[in-house]
Amino acid sequence: MSPKTLYDKIWDAHLAHEADDGTSLLYIDRHLVHEVTSPQAFEGLRMTGRTVRAPDKTIAVPDHNVPTTLDRANAATMTEDSRIQVEALDKNAKDFGIHYYPVSDVRQGIVHIVGPEQGWTLPGMTVVCGDSHTATHGAFGALAHGIGTSEVEHVLATQTLIQKKSKNMKVEITGKLAPGVTAKDITLSVIGVTGTAGGTGYVIEYCGEAIRDLSMEGRMTVCNMAIEGGARAGLIAPDEKTYEYCMGRPHAPKGAQWEAAMEWWKTLYSDDDAAWDKVITLKGEDIAPVVTWGTSPEDVLPITANVPAASDFTGGKIGAAQRSLDYMGLTAGTPLSEVEIDTVFIGSCTNGRIEDLRAAAAILKGKKKKDGIRAMVVPGSGLVRAQAEEEGLADIFIDAGFEWRLAGCSMCLAMNPDQLAPGERCAATSNRNFEGRQGRGGRTHLMSPAMAAAAAITGKLTDVREMM
Amino acid sequence: MNKFDKLTGIAAPMPLINIDTDMIIPKQFLKTIKRSGLGVNLFDEMRYDDDRNEIPDFVLNKPQYREAQIIVAGDNFGCGSSREHAPWAIADFGITCVIAPSYADIFYNNCFKNGILPIALPQEQIDVLMKDAEKGANARMTIDLEAQTVTTSDGEVFNFEVDAFKKHCLMNGLDDIGLTMEKVASIDTFEAAAAQSRPWV
Repeated sequence: MSPKTLYDKIWDAHLAHEADDGTSLLYIDRHLVHEVTSPQAFEGLRMTGRTVRAPDKTIAVPDHNVPTTLDRANAATMTEDSRIQVEALDKNAKDFGIHYYPVSDVRQGIVHIVGPEQGWTLPGMTVVCGDSHTATHGAFGALAHGIGTSEVEHVLATQTLIQKKSKNMKVEITGKLAPGVTAKDITLSVIGVTGTAGGTGYVIEYCGEAIRDLSMEGRMTVCNMAIEGGARAGLIAPDEKTYEYCMGRPHAPKGAQWEAAMEWWKTLYSDDDAAWDKVITLKGEDIAPVVTWGTSPEDVLPITANVPAASDFTGGKIGAAQRSLDYMGLTAGTPLSEVEIDTVFIGSCTNGRIEDLRAAAAILKGKKKKDGIRAMVVPGSGLVRAQAEEEGLADIFIDAGFEWRLAGCSMCLAMNPDQLAPGERCAATSNRNFEGRQGRGGRTHLMSPAMAAAAAITGKLTDVREMM
Repeated sequence: MNKFDKLTGIAAPMPLINIDTDMIIPKQFLKTIKRSGLGVNLFDEMRYDDDRNEIPDFVLNKPQYREAQIIVAGDNFGCGSSREHAPWAIADFGITCVIAPSYADIFYNNCFKNGILPIALPQEQIDVLMKDAEKGANARMTIDLEAQTVTTSDGEVFNFEVDAFKKHCLMNGLDDIGLTMEKVASIDTFEAAAAQSRPWV
């Protein structure tokens, strides 16, 4: 047998049909659904008299729109259009008989945090969702990617997706990470190297010692932002950490089925002599705590660097960089560590898991946020929130002056009331720093949870290593 | 789905790289449960000021580009969120063709589901087309999907590549789901086999 990559193996195991030109029907094991990109798909099913082919493999949870304030049970906290979308998901889940975690359920949260938490996401699966950050689930050695609403409807109706195979890209992070450097710094640094289009047409497999050393939470952070590098998906071969994370979760297999699953999962790795279309290698030791300075996730620099000038770039990036600097209100040459912030947002499908909250709390313990800074922690799910309360992390955040919110996507994309005002500058643990992403005119600097916590204390972008 | 075969129209120049889907349709307009009506909010934050007045400098607000049917843009068009609201807004405005050096994967696929043809061409050719687009309403480009050509207002012709299956669907306005349903026997067979080999799924 010819050597295969992990992606090749998962692809081959899910090929339901292949036409002569390579156009394929890929069978989908898990379809995750949220309220923003699904109403038109369900409406399409109704209009054509179609149904959901595999309701048992379809899991829905509202996350994008939902308020994260403690009074959210009161419908008046939602705008009418948001409420209509959430109610539409309530109704669609009921009418089509799919698994559902409503806002009132403690298991509710961001779809990409709920899936793994409940054991829906398992190694070797194909996972799709009408959300680009579906790449997150790749951390389990699953082939997971975002799709549009027409494709959501296609998967609902047929449990397959029309696909052509992507190319294979290996991103290896060798060696150990230095203290203060996290999974977020890895994934941002990779995008800094590849650019936001560097992964277009590829599925990335992350490997190397620094990746192996990451927890499942860290691996999810890395894979989550594969899409920001343009890749269709990012994945990491499963290992003991993966199995340990999955074992005992509500929808993970049990008993003999677990044994059978393990037998297959242990074959899920890239063969030594597998062919790669592109390889990128970074040394773990060379990765620093980073922040973004511009309005593209590729605008990444170590916190010790200065704001660049547009003239530092070439081609179309010169104009883009100037536009970014103007939008961000930054002057070339300013040390990044002198950039003052107004707001801190800790949360999102990138960094809203328990380990992220632990990392932020470790920096904040016994300290206060700077006066005048608005700071919020939005746990990724109700269960993450409960666990953080049990571990005493919530008290640390509250004592430090943070708002302790309920679960949802929140200020990552600002579809709910959690938004930046024009000109407001935010240290954010989310995944996109696009113009207007966190609110019209809002200015976003992406970073790790520990870095965001450090920024809350000093009121400016801060090298977390100075606080360790 | 609307068909796309041939189009002669005005092209709006947008010489920006990394035009993301948050720019194309900001999140506040994702709260709809319909596919239609988003054209008025296409590029909303670039197009209107805080008081909802049009920003005159923005290309689609300029008299010569208000009827544009084509966008010529920079690298990595449509990056970011998977929101299909982006192609819905583009199509609802009346634009059915985008020409750029490269596209983000999900956006590219979404276009074909909505009667929009995304054409990828090398930067040198984009530079020529951008100049042509900058001539305004008197300069109309022609896109011929059957022949896979873009013809400038001066008659210069560029050939483009497109996946044969996607081209076939777009030219005939075919419904993907209907096509897949014709292969339901393959799906049934696969599903039955998978239930045996991977029963935990």
